[in-house]
Amino acid sequence: MQASTLLFIVIALAVFGYFSGYGRSLKVAKPLGSIRHLHSLPSYYGIQTAIWCALPALALLAIWQLFADTLIHSYLMAGLGELITDQADYNLTLNRIINVASGALPATGQSDYVVAAAAQLNSIAAIQKWALTILVLTLCSAGGLWSWRRIAADFRARAAVENVLQKFLLACASLAILTTLGIVMSVLFESIQFFQTVPVSEFVFGTSWSPQTAIRVDQIGSSGSFGAVPLFTGTLLISAIAMVVAVPVGLMSAIYLAEYASPKFRRSAKPLLEILAGVPTVVYGFFAALTVAPLIRDLGASFGLNVAAESALAAGSVMGIMIIPFISSLADDVITAVPQSMRDGSLAMGATKSETIRNVVIPAALPGIVGGILLAASRAIGETMIVVMAAGMAANLTANPLEAVTTVTVQIVTLLTGDQEFDSAKTLAAFALGLMLFIVTLGLNFLALRIVKKYREQYD
Amino acid sequence: MTEPTSQAARPTPTDHSATIKASLKRRYRAETRFRWYGRIAIAFGLAAVLVLFVDIISKGHGAFKTTHIAVPVEYDLAQLGVRDLNDNQQLALADWDALFKSGLRELLPDVSGRSARRELYRMVSNGAGYDLKDRLQANPRLANQREQVWLSADDDIDTYFKGLLDGDPYTARVTEQQIEWIDELRSAGQIRTQWNRNFWTRGDSREPEQAGIWGAVMGSLFTLAITFALSFPIGVSAAIYLEEFAPRNRFTDFIEININNLAAVPSIIFGLLGLAIFINFFGVPRSIPILGGLVLTLMTLPTIIITSRAAIKAVPPSIREAALGMGASKHQVVLHHVLPLAMPGMLTGAIIGMAQALGETAPLLMIGMVAFIVDIPQAFTDPATVLPVQIFLWADSPERAFVEKTSAAIMVLLGFLIIMNTTAVWIRKRLERRW
Repeated sequence: MQASTLLFIVIALAVFGYFSGYGRSLKVAKPLGSIRHLHSLPSYYGIQTAIWCALPALALLAIWQLFADTLIHSYLMAGLGELITDQADYNLTLNRIINVASGALPATGQSDYVVAAAAQLNSIAAIQKWALTILVLTLCSAGGLWSWRRIAADFRARAAVENVLQKFLLACASLAILTTLGIVMSVLFESIQFFQTVPVSEFVFGTSWSPQTAIRVDQIGSSGSFGAVPLFTGTLLISAIAMVVAVPVGLMSAIYLAEYASPKFRRSAKPLLEILAGVPTVVYGFFAALTVAPLIRDLGASFGLNVAAESALAAGSVMGIMIIPFISSLADDVITAVPQSMRDGSLAMGATKSETIRNVVIPAALPGIVGGILLAASRAIGETMIVVMAAGMAANLTANPLEAVTTVTVQIVTLLTGDQEFDSAKTLAAFALGLMLFIVTLGLNFLALRIVKKYREQYD
Repeated sequence: MTEPTSQAARPTPTDHSATIKASLKRRYRAETRFRWYGRIAIAFGLAAVLVLFVDIISKGHGAFKTTHIAVPVEYDLAQLGVRDLNDNQQLALADWDALFKSGLRELLPDVSGRSARRELYRMVSNGAGYDLKDRLQANPRLANQREQVWLSADDDIDTYFKGLLDGDPYTARVTEQQIEWIDELRSAGQIRTQWNRNFWTRGDSREPEQAGIWGAVMGSLFTLAITFALSFPIGVSAAIYLEEFAPRNRFTDFIEININNLAAVPSIIFGLLGLAIFINFFGVPRSIPILGGLVLTLMTLPTIIITSRAAIKAVPPSIREAALGMGASKHQVVLHHVLPLAMPGMLTGAIIGMAQALGETAPLLMIGMVAFIVDIPQAFTDPATVLPVQIFLWADSPERAFVEKTSAAIMVLLGFLIIMNTTAVWIRKRLERRW
């Protein structure tokens, strides 16, 4: 039976379990007088039965789905033994066996052991399907029946249900930890594998990046070099341009909106500015590549400057526009959090409004502003689509904003899109870059949150 | 009199008002300047919004119309070599292009010579033959009949003709002969622009005039459905746990730190997670909406948890105390009272999270949702692409007509986002209670 059909059957059985549990609790209550004599409301008995009906069965189903194929495949390949030695061959043979088994590949012309393994796979698959169906359905009815039989007037069904619910809530909250763990594991393991072929020092300090590894052994000129410094400088250059655009504009508009603007103007201008934060990055990428980059190039040409078609300036300035609302809303929050008494004190001493802002409000809000800028910087470093569409591919080591540079995220995308072998140094390099990106952004976020938190404690 | 002596003993107070007055002008100028910096900054931001939208709309509005040419077609089954309209093999082998080719020759009879004819045939879309086949299959009564069909023009002709109507034709991709023919057709009323149905009803294509966004829209819908079905219950549960049940301990703190950090992790990292864990470890097939939904769930969860927590926090403690006082258990308090009251705020957060997920591109590139997919996905397990990835793919295509298509697709995407965000604002305004 298909897993999805099985799922529906389990759910249907659970619904049936609910009603039978509900009915039994009423039946138990009848000789006692009314449901007042039950420990819990009848629906809790129903839910209790349904949970015991569905939960173990679903857990088994999920675990089976996740691991059965992998187990069967490794069993099959173990049966082939010495015939297959290296990893690439392993995957190829496995795929061939699977395709022959499913009929996608004709069996004629395949090696004998492949055909035999395919037949074996088919028989195992049939057996495992039946075994799964029987096991799940048995578990489902056994759990339901057991729970149904436990229903009695003094059975604490509510406590039992709430206990399960509590565990479910905890599991949902812990998913955040699992996600972080998943991220760390996925980038770390591949990176370790990468650093076994390419030394860490070459990756972090090398200045030449050309990830094309040779496909044939005798190929010339594509040994692959993995010095990531040009990527780091490219990322820094584009992020720096973005910050140069975003910080003054974001900060000044936050100051104006918080200190000068009339409430009416503020009410309409703030959401309009925040539209910029809601526009998808792919739209900014298109805007940067097709409108801003040609504009900057023509502008440069009219001054006699030679500007690259995919200049860092175009990508950086559009990224800056994207970041404006982050900085302005974060700065707005901290500026409005500065107590009015501090402004009043300064104004009473005869300072003008701008002097008050510059000498009292901004210094007081500075930790929050710095925190916001750090968060924005981490966003700029991790931003992908704008640079993929508007920045270059070639790794140039330059600080000239009119030239094309590439970034860490661009390289991750180019290395990983399309079909390639998973274990080549090329794809592993993408994970090493991902690790760098994760560490840097995590550090920036951590720092920013700490600074913001420290500041908050001052006035509360 | 002692007054004069005492006055002489006192030091004369220095009069600062003169220096203050002298500096006032400068200080007021600085004040005005400062205000202007603020105004300029806001004007810059608003101008960026305006330029962005005007640019996209001016580039994309043309894509909603497309050029069609009226061609007389005779569905001559004998010539096509088709005897039975239900036989797919015969249909596949038939030369459907011959139908519009002879029609075009009829339309412009003085075209002669192989190369001239080839140019003539190229005025109609590559897929026109298949369009005619579909038309005949849907309407078998047309067999051996004659009719006039408005066939979609080739993308270069389309670009030229729409430019011609706007008074600024782009001639680089059309030949002089084609321009003459277009003039001839135009004066005969045989060429016109009409509502672009292909754009709304089809999947991706290499031919700009055949490419549509419906496949990507369906892919986005499937992906978002998975994302919502997973992230909303999980996010709300996590928020309930953290706000209502979590003990103050190291573990809870650790969860909170994780959530805050995940909210700021670059989205592309979630793509790496999807690739390494879901695809390579668990063997989930590439390119399917389920996989995209899983990755986007992990990405939007922090947003939903944070907004849901704020919504729960906004429910006043008196409600909880009243319910507890009436004998409700802690879980009953949460499920029967806190949750319904916090629901509008949670929904608002969920919609904003979904809007974020709808616009997300980078992680989906990592998990193979960037494939070229012509068929409209019909299920959660069909290979699919999503709207922003479609935009990315079209933006990368060299054909000039795709610029228009890309901008139009962006307009559709922005339209969806605007609808979602206004719904969120509306829910917050109408349903949220202030205590």
